[in-house]
Amino acid sequence: MSDIRRRDPRKEWIARNRLHPRHLEVLAELGRSDGQGAASEWMGPHGLMRRNPHAVGFIGPNGVKRIDRSGVQQGQGSGGPQASTAASKPRVEIEAPAFLVAVVPDMAGGRLTGHDRDLLGLARRLADADPATPGAVLAVVFGEHKEDAFGEAGVDRLLHLAEPEVEGFAPEARLGALVAVEQAWTPRHWLLPDSKLGGADLGRRLAARLGERPATGVWQLEADAEAPSGWRCTARGAAGTLDFQRAMPRLILALAECAEPVSETHHAAQALALPEALPAQLARIEDLGQVAVDPAGVALSEAEFILSAGNGVRDWEGFHHAAEVLGATEGASRVAVDDGFMARHRQVGATGTWVTARVYVAVGISGAIQHLQGIQACDKVVAINMDPGCDMIKRADLAVIGDSTKVLEALVALVEQAREEKRNAA
Amino acid sequence: MRPDTHDKGRLAVTVLVSVGRHPLTGRGRRADQDARGVELARALADAEVELLHAGRLDAGSEAALRGYLGMGFEALSLLEQPAGADVLPALAEALEAAGPQLVIAGEQAEQGEGSGLLPYLLAERLGWPLVSGLAAVEGVSQGVATLLQALPRGQRRRLKVRLPAIVTVDVAAPAPRQSAYGPARRGRLDVQAAPVVPDDDLARWQAQPARKRPKRLKIVKAASARDRFKAAAAKAEGGGGQVLTDITPEQGAEAIFKLLKEEGVLR
Repeated sequence: MSDIRRRDPRKEWIARNRLHPRHLEVLAELGRSDGQGAASEWMGPHGLMRRNPHAVGFIGPNGVKRIDRSGVQQGQGSGGPQASTAASKPRVEIEAPAFLVAVVPDMAGGRLTGHDRDLLGLARRLADADPATPGAVLAVVFGEHKEDAFGEAGVDRLLHLAEPEVEGFAPEARLGALVAVEQAWTPRHWLLPDSKLGGADLGRRLAARLGERPATGVWQLEADAEAPSGWRCTARGAAGTLDFQRAMPRLILALAECAEPVSETHHAAQALALPEALPAQLARIEDLGQVAVDPAGVALSEAEFILSAGNGVRDWEGFHHAAEVLGATEGASRVAVDDGFMARHRQVGATGTWVTARVYVAVGISGAIQHLQGIQACDKVVAINMDPGCDMIKRADLAVIGDSTKVLEALVALVEQAREEKRNAA
Repeated sequence: MRPDTHDKGRLAVTVLVSVGRHPLTGRGRRADQDARGVELARALADAEVELLHAGRLDAGSEAALRGYLGMGFEALSLLEQPAGADVLPALAEALEAAGPQLVIAGEQAEQGEGSGLLPYLLAERLGWPLVSGLAAVEGVSQGVATLLQALPRGQRRRLKVRLPAIVTVDVAAPAPRQSAYGPARRGRLDVQAAPVVPDDDLARWQAQPARKRPKRLKIVKAASARDRFKAAAAKAEGGGGQVLTDITPEQGAEAIFKLLKEEGVLR
């Protein structure tokens, strides 16, 4: 076929003429989209590209016409940036891995923590180092979890152990399970987070049981041809005052930010099962459960659950009562502190305490930028407010528009009712 | 080894102590976590507490070890070890011979590798259970100890452990008392010979003062200038949050209650 473009002047004329009865038909024939109502670009009679500026762009959220030259956004119906990036990530499947890299994430609160994601990024580096013989990342997860994005975090194989004996604080049963993993698949590397959430304890137990000398507090990994494993690591020691450069051992306990988390690929997270049931063993440590601690005694910066009050709170008695019933640590915005309703050390925000709560309930707080900075690290933010347009509502995962006093009263009633039912059932 | 002189009724407790390092001056001192362990042992009712250290005895370490004696002890057992030795065999043999019911140690040393592995290796070698991050010992009865373990975010967990056991303490344990000068001067350091095993691995590694870790950069992976601009100018927003308008307070409370329940923060 020849490369010469054959033009049909009549069809081009019809394509330009929106009133022509065959206009749409011809447009489709010429391969131009009619999504915007008219063709925005076509070749003129002398071979020049002609543009119709009225046909490009879209109407923005404020009713103003916007033209996006990058061509990414084509109007409101594009589904947002999140949806498009998730779909466009290339999916990686490793059918027959040459070796396994085992990772045991902390899963605090049933989700992968930032530390876990960094560790999975490190595991990916180890697994993908040689493209000819790719390894697979195996995540061993204990107990019930709420995570559904293991694939996005870089997990190829997922071993989920939800037996009752590994639930709660059961280091010996978990250690038994990890030894079973070692016997079943013999991973080339073991990676655990060096964190207080359980990874540091379990990792050291595993090292003692396997007889491996681990590297603890690892924060850097470099390829090194001279080392037996092909890698060299830098580990913190002596209470954080020394760096040890050493060949990488089989078992690593790594610090947070040891590697970049996986962001560009999507992995299979294929479920695995242990070939045999977990070995029964005598539990020498018995877990009697968590002890109720006084939430007011927990430092604001490390409290897990904060109920915070702002200018919108009128019934302070009710607020303190709600905090007590919910078992939440009390916080406050700057206005509430300045007005003398709360103590200065309860202030949340850039000028007060930067909090790291998992759940932050903001009652009557409009969300000044300093306050929003202070709650950046919070996972779930709940807002109770009268004003539906305030900044806190935009930040919140769940916002209830209404009178905070009444909502808190209803919430206290619900919690007390649930406790009563539980007591009656027991 | 020491003769077994424990009374039958009293709980035999051994605290493993090490020589710490002051973070600013670099001088030897009581290691903070070990001192907390000693404080924990002192607070135990009806317990016979012994101090055990494996390491060198020189001018710097003697001052630090006397700091522990100043917390109210007459003697400290010292297993003589050269620098760069693996203290595990010496400690394991001493503990096997003495046979304490409870061994308390700090979580990580302030000098040397500081990997925090020693209690775990001891537990594995002696076949004892181990509990880390202890906040308090609530009671000991009939060979079972009730312990309070510190969890992150100020939470506590109660555990029952069969003795003999090894426990480690970190900063959640009670702060140590001040060391008194007189008892520290008067206390004895019982130096004992112990098997010496050199730590060859540690000698092979390169140690250097800790470098400051590089700050993580915010990496923007954007294909176009428009995306980069949007990422740079973005406001911190949750995005996709659920907003409930025109509802009764009961419905609102119901939604919040469901979320709190899902997150597991209600007890």
